[in-house]
Amino acid sequence: MSRPRSRAVILPAIWLGVLFAFPFLLVFKLSLSDSALAIPPYAPQLDWGGGLAAIRAFLGALDFEMYARLTSDRLYLDAYLTSLKFAAGGTLIALLVGYPMAYGMARCKPGTRNIMLMLVILPFWTSFLIRVYAWVGILKPEGLLNAFLGLLGLEPVNLLYTSTAVQIGLVYSYLPFMVLPLYAALERMDHTLLEAAADLGSPPWKSFWQVTWPLSIPGVVAGCLLCFIPMVGEFVIPDLLGGPGSLMIGRSIWMEFFANRDWPFASAVAIILLFTLVLPIVLYQRQQARALEMAR
Amino acid sequence: MSLFKSHTRRWAVLAMGAAALALAACGGPRQDTLHIYNWSDYIDPALLEEFTKETGIKVVYDTFDSNEMLETKVLTGSTGYDIVAPSNHNLPRYITAKAIAPLDFAKLPNRKNLWPELMQRMEPFDPGAKYNVPYMWGTMGIGYNTAEIAKRLPGVTVDSWDVVFKPENLAKLKDCGVYFLDASEDMYAVALNYLGKDPNSKAVADYEAATAMLLTLRPHITKFHSSEYINALANGDACIVVGYSGDILQAADRAEEAKRGVEIAYAIPKEGSQVWFDVFAIPADAPNPEAAYKFLDFMLRPEVIARASNYTAYANANAAATSLVDEELRSDPNVYPTLEVFGRLFVTTSKDQTLIREVNRLWTRVMSGQ
Repeated sequence: MSRPRSRAVILPAIWLGVLFAFPFLLVFKLSLSDSALAIPPYAPQLDWGGGLAAIRAFLGALDFEMYARLTSDRLYLDAYLTSLKFAAGGTLIALLVGYPMAYGMARCKPGTRNIMLMLVILPFWTSFLIRVYAWVGILKPEGLLNAFLGLLGLEPVNLLYTSTAVQIGLVYSYLPFMVLPLYAALERMDHTLLEAAADLGSPPWKSFWQVTWPLSIPGVVAGCLLCFIPMVGEFVIPDLLGGPGSLMIGRSIWMEFFANRDWPFASAVAIILLFTLVLPIVLYQRQQARALEMAR
Repeated sequence: MSLFKSHTRRWAVLAMGAAALALAACGGPRQDTLHIYNWSDYIDPALLEEFTKETGIKVVYDTFDSNEMLETKVLTGSTGYDIVAPSNHNLPRYITAKAIAPLDFAKLPNRKNLWPELMQRMEPFDPGAKYNVPYMWGTMGIGYNTAEIAKRLPGVTVDSWDVVFKPENLAKLKDCGVYFLDASEDMYAVALNYLGKDPNSKAVADYEAATAMLLTLRPHITKFHSSEYINALANGDACIVVGYSGDILQAADRAEEAKRGVEIAYAIPKEGSQVWFDVFAIPADAPNPEAAYKFLDFMLRPEVIARASNYTAYANANAAATSLVDEELRSDPNVYPTLEVFGRLFVTTSKDQTLIREVNRLWTRVMSGQ
């Protein structure tokens, strides 16, 4: 590695150290403590003035009890699985909806393209919370959706506080994160490749499958991971739109932290969540590195 | 020259900032700011202005919307607040954690105005009320949409927990919206009382029995939430809720203002219910306890606390203030219950960590319906 490059690595390393590694270690240490009724509400506390003996006593009091408890109750496993299920379903739907959107945008004239890009980003100008609340107004029993169905003479549906509502909320909120990387990948594509395929007698669907799709894979991977990773830990959407049946892991952490006032246990749940997400994050990193390599 | 000037100005600003910080940090008697952390929409702003005018102490007023949020913050330490307002059942936890300071009664001469019968109810959670000054109090009960209930349960008077705790009744109300509080300790207290058990039971088996009962109701419950029911009742999305008196009376007011023909009523069930207190306490690490005492004594004045009640529509714990509260409020048995009803109200006290964990685990079963 040449000198200027290694120096360039220092800044991101500091960034990662301060904003990720250090907080992670704090939370990890917390997850090895026991909850206590005190300020702050966990034990043991490290006595910095006590010297080596104090540090040894402190380390001796740490244990993996919280993790053992985590495995003894199916509740948490179920919450993880529910979260993964919602996130996987949401990502898949976002891909199915987002791909044609991005494809259409990429095929537009440059002027129209910018307007459409703007329209995709526009919702970010409103608070996320308000946008999710708007769905309460749409989905509630006397809401906009049922008023519309009534106009068409159809039976009203009861969606609010169901899993379907959570799924709708997830797809709606994260769709731009799917569309933007897909658009970036599709827009870069060389259209003469498709013409060449047509010249060689390939029907359009086959050209799509053999030319467009493989070229858009980096966008698909980036979009899916950008949706999947935050969806797993999502807290607000299931809280506002979901019924009590859709217990996701974000809610479990909230419950441990606030209702049970058990910081160590909440930390253990959060650490496990992080490990569940390490695999997709590593995949994402690797894909990004490869895309960089290809671009060079 | 101009460059030099702008530099000096910048330094001057920095120095002033540093001085302000230093002042805030040492927090001696010269600092006259009072930091209050209270429930949202829970005080008449005019009272705060009056306090400032009278004492010269500036009030910084922040709000929270759940006991859990408050306790988590206070137990983290160094909140910077001089007064916090937890509910009674959490108080023993604050006391054990040494998070709040015992009060010096000598600095609270107006404490004599407090209502002795009500103060007796504090014995289980703060004997002698050494750590708190009660602010408002109320009950837990049933809020309902009179027209919708009359349509679905003709001839039934809503005066018993039977209406919400019997599955055959609740099944008939399912289609018009049923909301329960998402507050495990409060919900179990009234459920245990309904089942004829001790609402402060320490036996897990009792909570399991209550869970079994709540699970039979679960299919008919639209949502568990501790504040959304106010709006839901007012705009007709919910026709029956188990909630707090003040919230439901607030929903009734909002429904009336909206003039959409929704009429909301509140009932304290005859089997008895929980009475709760929101109290003022001084954190152990309060930066300005002297100002906190002045404020507490100010709020203990009958004419002041009566106006606070008029604003919040809750009863206060000040016997001398009752006659000063708006006639409409003090004659409302849902706000100031009759002595007979009052006799059936119980208080809850806090549970140890293991029991809290068990109870919350059972509550999760109720909510997820498994």
